[in-house]
Amino acid sequence: MSKTNFWNDLGWGVGPILLGLVLTTLALMAVGADPARAYATMWTGAFGAPEKFSNVVDAWVPLVLGSVGLLITFTAGLWNIGIEGQMVMGAIGAAWVARTVDLPAPVLVPLLLVAGALGGALWALLAGALKVYGRVHEIFGGLGLNFVAMGLALYLIIGPWKRAGIASTSGTEPFPPAAWLPNWPGLSVGPIEIALALVSLALVYLALRGTLWGLQLKAIGKNARAAFWLGVPTQRHWLGAFALCGAFAGLAGAEQAAGVWARLIPSISGGYGYLSILVVLLSGFQAGGVPFVAFFFAAVTKGSVALPLDLQIDSALGGVLQGMIVLLYVLSQGVRAKFR
Amino acid sequence: MDTNLIVLTLASVLADSSPLVFAVIGETLGEKAGITNLSLDGTILLSAMVGFAVAFTTDNLYLAFLAAMLVGASVASIVAFSSIVLKLDQIAVGFVLTMLCADLSTFFGNPYVRKPGPAVPHLAMPGLGEIPVIGKIFFDQNAVVYLSLLVILAVWWWIYKTQPGLQLQSIGERPAAAFARGANVNAQRFVYTVLGGALVGFGGAAYSLFVKLGWSYHHTSGIGWIALAVVIFGGWHPIRGAIGAYIFGGLQSLSGLAQSVPAFANVPTQVFQTAPFALMIVALLLVSNQAIDRFFSGSPISRKVWQSLRGAPPGALGTVFEQE
Repeated sequence: MSKTNFWNDLGWGVGPILLGLVLTTLALMAVGADPARAYATMWTGAFGAPEKFSNVVDAWVPLVLGSVGLLITFTAGLWNIGIEGQMVMGAIGAAWVARTVDLPAPVLVPLLLVAGALGGALWALLAGALKVYGRVHEIFGGLGLNFVAMGLALYLIIGPWKRAGIASTSGTEPFPPAAWLPNWPGLSVGPIEIALALVSLALVYLALRGTLWGLQLKAIGKNARAAFWLGVPTQRHWLGAFALCGAFAGLAGAEQAAGVWARLIPSISGGYGYLSILVVLLSGFQAGGVPFVAFFFAAVTKGSVALPLDLQIDSALGGVLQGMIVLLYVLSQGVRAKFR
Repeated sequence: MDTNLIVLTLASVLADSSPLVFAVIGETLGEKAGITNLSLDGTILLSAMVGFAVAFTTDNLYLAFLAAMLVGASVASIVAFSSIVLKLDQIAVGFVLTMLCADLSTFFGNPYVRKPGPAVPHLAMPGLGEIPVIGKIFFDQNAVVYLSLLVILAVWWWIYKTQPGLQLQSIGERPAAAFARGANVNAQRFVYTVLGGALVGFGGAAYSLFVKLGWSYHHTSGIGWIALAVVIFGGWHPIRGAIGAYIFGGLQSLSGLAQSVPAFANVPTQVFQTAPFALMIVALLLVSNQAIDRFFSGSPISRKVWQSLRGAPPGALGTVFEQE
């Protein structure tokens, strides 16, 4: 890569971010808010104290895990919008193990993570089967299953798994301490979830780059029909890609349930599934960009939580900023290709 | 159930389905021309919010619907521009817009949450509204409902009974052939997508200005996704799409009734709330499954009937056309 190329890439990457910030600033001014104070509040909300920063990492982990899974499905040419529901099913799987199995932590924690991955994988396979055998586009199959999964979580929380005596949408009874992911003292994150995210990212990066499986997946993503006629088992790879992505999403859901909330709550997936799709788009479908973009998004998401409390600005501002940047980035890629 | 209750239920299904009808017809128009506007759910949210906000501040319903249509048209123009000029993936752009518009609606809609505001007034058709059953269902509604019926017929007539409509079909099916015969494919695609977006926006305002009055967080509860599925279910045909929307609205009001039936008392409300989306999957499975195709291909007559029922997507849907 030549030097001019590098500066070119940088410009086309930074431009959309700056423009996104300008438009978000205009949005803030439109509602009569002070942009400087809003951004300062977001900054301290994300980095103002060690506990705040650990909240950012709490959001970073599911974003990385979700993005890692989506790298697989996007490579195979699939739009796994069902990832949000797959995270929910992972959390439900983990909660089920945490509630029913009585074992010491060193056995229980891996077991509930596996149960989470399994729950996500099975839910994703359902979307995959709908596509492969039912010819229902994965966007509609996945999206419909998202709503069903969220309904199921809500049903469990106020129904069979309700807290003793009171049925409340605030969540189930906390898991027994043996089912909690260990955290660093005073913080809401621990080594296990960070290791999970980084190892998953490295594994998928290597598998997509350096294996026959990765190559075949890429061939399907570029032209499924051509790959099929060349002898690549298209349907099997599609189902496999769904299952793997679902497993990573399920892992993220299990991690949220056992590592962050220590119980099942209705919005356990926190929108991280949909947000992971934006992370992968902004990373240009490259694994290398995922941890950084995910970190930026996690900081914006957690930083904007403080906005309504401190400044009476809606926390959706974070989503506006993220969406604006991704939209401008996608559009700028088109502009760049056109005038090359 | 007595006749009166049935008539009232049908009338309310017709009314409550009207936002869905506008969205389905608008999307059908764009997809017929070859462009998928996946941003529908975000567009409806944002236009519902803007429609209510404008009505709330100006007390002018015409202005409110106009603003909502403008929102829908603007979002659609981004989809059309990125697809036609920049040759970008329609699904990627549509999905990002869905997310962005949803957040914009929450951000700017914050001051209007749960505020009482103006509503579309009831407007019985003089004379026609007096006809026994039919009048009560079709002519004892408001202007938006009449418009929804009119739009179905107008778009059907335009697509299938006029010369420009024939060209619209051809630019969605065989753009190269249409171009060779002198059609400006990309300009027409742009116009139909933006026009469709304006209809979607109108549907959004209809939602917040009479079906579910006011504004709240994610107020339109996923109706845009349902509309996208109904377009497929309706086989990209405006009348069949509208029927799909009414079936959907009918089943939803049935599930509302079922909740009050003692036999279903043990079924939790969450099941009913997710029912629309489970239904969406089943409906799509029904129209796209090969097994059902095989079942109906047994005799030539049943095959013909089934093929006429399911409809196929426009041949060039979602593809870019290079006109040089």
